[in-house]
Amino acid sequence: MEIGISHYLTLAAILLAIGVLGIFINRKNIIIILMSVELILLSVNINLVAFSSFLNDLSGQVFALLVLTVAAGEAAIGLAILVVYFRNRGSIAVEDINLMKG
Amino acid sequence: MTPDAFVPPNLLPALPEILMACGAMALLMLGVYRSHAPARVVTQGALFVLMAAAALVLLQGGARVETFSGGFVSDAFSRFAKILILLGSGVTLIMSQGYLRREHMDRFEFPVLVLLATLGMMMMVSAGDLISLYMGLELQSLALYVLAAFKRDSQRATEAGLKYFVLGALASGILLYGASLIYGFTGTVNFVKLAAIFGDDHAQPGLGLIFGLVFLTAGLAFKISAVPFHMWTPDVYEGAPTPVTALLASAPKVAAMALFVRVMSQPLLGMVGEWQQIVVFISIASMVLGAVAAIGQKNIKRLMAFSSIGHMGFALVGLAAGTEEGVQGVLIYLAIYVAMNFGVFGCILAMRNKGGQMEAINDLAGLGRSNPMMALALALLMFSLAGIPPLAGFFAKFYVFLAAVHAGLYVLAVIGVLASVIGAYYYLRIIKIMYFDEPAEATNWPMSPPLRLIVAGSSLFSLFFFIYPMPLVTGAATAAAVLFK
Repeated sequence: MEIGISHYLTLAAILLAIGVLGIFINRKNIIIILMSVELILLSVNINLVAFSSFLNDLSGQVFALLVLTVAAGEAAIGLAILVVYFRNRGSIAVEDINLMKG
Repeated sequence: MTPDAFVPPNLLPALPEILMACGAMALLMLGVYRSHAPARVVTQGALFVLMAAAALVLLQGGARVETFSGGFVSDAFSRFAKILILLGSGVTLIMSQGYLRREHMDRFEFPVLVLLATLGMMMMVSAGDLISLYMGLELQSLALYVLAAFKRDSQRATEAGLKYFVLGALASGILLYGASLIYGFTGTVNFVKLAAIFGDDHAQPGLGLIFGLVFLTAGLAFKISAVPFHMWTPDVYEGAPTPVTALLASAPKVAAMALFVRVMSQPLLGMVGEWQQIVVFISIASMVLGAVAAIGQKNIKRLMAFSSIGHMGFALVGLAAGTEEGVQGVLIYLAIYVAMNFGVFGCILAMRNKGGQMEAINDLAGLGRSNPMMALALALLMFSLAGIPPLAGFFAKFYVFLAAVHAGLYVLAVIGVLASVIGAYYYLRIIKIMYFDEPAEATNWPMSPPLRLIVAGSSLFSLFFFIYPMPLVTGAATAAAVLFK
C-alpha cells in the first residue's frame, strides 16, 4: 500500500483529537495537560512537514522548525508556572484549580 | 532549485521592532549583572525604549513596505496599531509602579517582560504571513503568561497564570493547526499570495480550507476573548495582579484585534461570505454575554473582564461589515476603548487600604463624598463605557454600528444597540454605589501624581473627544484604506 498525504493528515488529525480530548477529559493531573499541549503542536508539525514534502515547498519545514522552538519555550514556561503554583497550593490536581469560578 | 545569492533583508521597516528586541535584551542584561541596580532604573529604560520605538514608528510614514520575503509588513494600518500598543504598554508600565512597590513585586523582570510582550504584539500587527503571525502571537502570549503569574507567592495569581497558560496554549495549538491546513491546501503562507488565491471567484474553497479557516478564526477569537472562547478572561482578569490586568485589557486586545482584522480583510477577503457569518455570530454572542454576565459581579476586575468581552463584541460589529468603513470603525473603537481603560484601571489601582488592594465593587460606596474628584472621573468613564452621548464611548459605538447598517447588517446593529442598553445597567450601578450608598468604612484613597494624571487625562479625553475627533478618525481612515487596495 502506498502511503499518501491522506495518511499523514489522518494521523495528525487523530493526534490533534487526542491532545484536545486530553485537555478536556483529563480530571487528574496538570502534567497530562502539558503533554497534551505538546501533542497538539507535534500533530501540527506532522501536517506541516507532510504538506511541505508533497508540495515541494520549503516554507512548511521552516514553519515546523519554528514551531519546535516555540514548543520548547512553551513547555519551559508551563512547567515554571506549574512549579510556582505547586509551591502555593501543594497540589497539581486539576480539580483543585478552583479558587476562582469561571 | 539553485541557491540564490544571499541578499540581506531590508531591516529598515522593522527598525522599531529591532530596537525593542535589543532594548529588552540590554535591560535584561542590566538587571541580571547589576543586581544592585534598582528595578526603577530598568523600568525607566523600558519606558525610554518604548518612547524611542514610538518615535521610530511615527517617523516611518509612507507607503506599504514589505521585508523578510513578505513576512513583515509595515503600512499605515500596522503603524496605527503599533502606536496604540506602545501607548498602552507605556501607560500601564507607569501606572504599575506604585502597586509593584507596595506589593514587593518591583523586580526588574517586570518591565523586561512587558517589553517582550509589546514586541510580540508589534510583530502580530505587522505579520505578512502565517509564520510571522504565529511567532508574534507566541512571543506576546508567553510573556503574558508569566506576567499573569508574576505575583508568585499569591495563590490566585499563580492560578490565573496557570489557567491562562493552559487555555492559551490550547488556542495557539488550534490556531496553528488551522494555519497548517491553510498552508497545505493553498501551498503558500504569504498573505498576499493567499489573497490572490482566495480572490479568484472560480476556485471553490475545499473542505480542508474551510476547516483551516474555522480553526484559525477560533484561535484568534480566543486571543480577543470573544464568546465562545472567553472562559479564561474573568478568571485571569480577577486573579492576575491589577497592573497586569490593566495591560491585558489594553495593548494585547488591540494587537489581537488588529491581527484578526488583517487576516480577515487581507488574505481572506475573497472568502468574506464564509467568515462573515462566523464573525456575526461571535460578535452577537460576545455583546450579549458581556452585557448579561456582568450584572451579577461583585469584583470590579471581574466586571471589567466581562466589560472587555462585551466591548470586543462591539468592535467585531465593525469587522463583520467587511468593509473599509467597518475596519475604520474597529480602529476608532480600539483607540477609544484603550483610552477609557487607562482611567478605569487607574481608579482600581487607587482602591486600597492598609490591608492591601481592594477589589469589591461595594468598596466604592460613599466615594462621591470622600473623594469627589475620583468619583467624578470614574463616573464619567462609566458613562463613556456605557456609550452615553456625547462621551467618547458613544462615538466608538456609533462608527461601528454605522458601518454595519451600511453593509446591510440591520439585525446585528439592532442586537448591538440592545446589548449596549442592557450593559449600561451595570455601569450605572457603579455610579449609583459611588454616590448613593452608605460606606461600610471611611474611604481615603490618595492617588499618586502619575496615576492622577493618567485618570484625569483619560476622563478628559472621554469628555472632550467630540470637540476634535478628526485626528483619530482620519488616522483610522488612512489605516483602514491600505487593507482594501
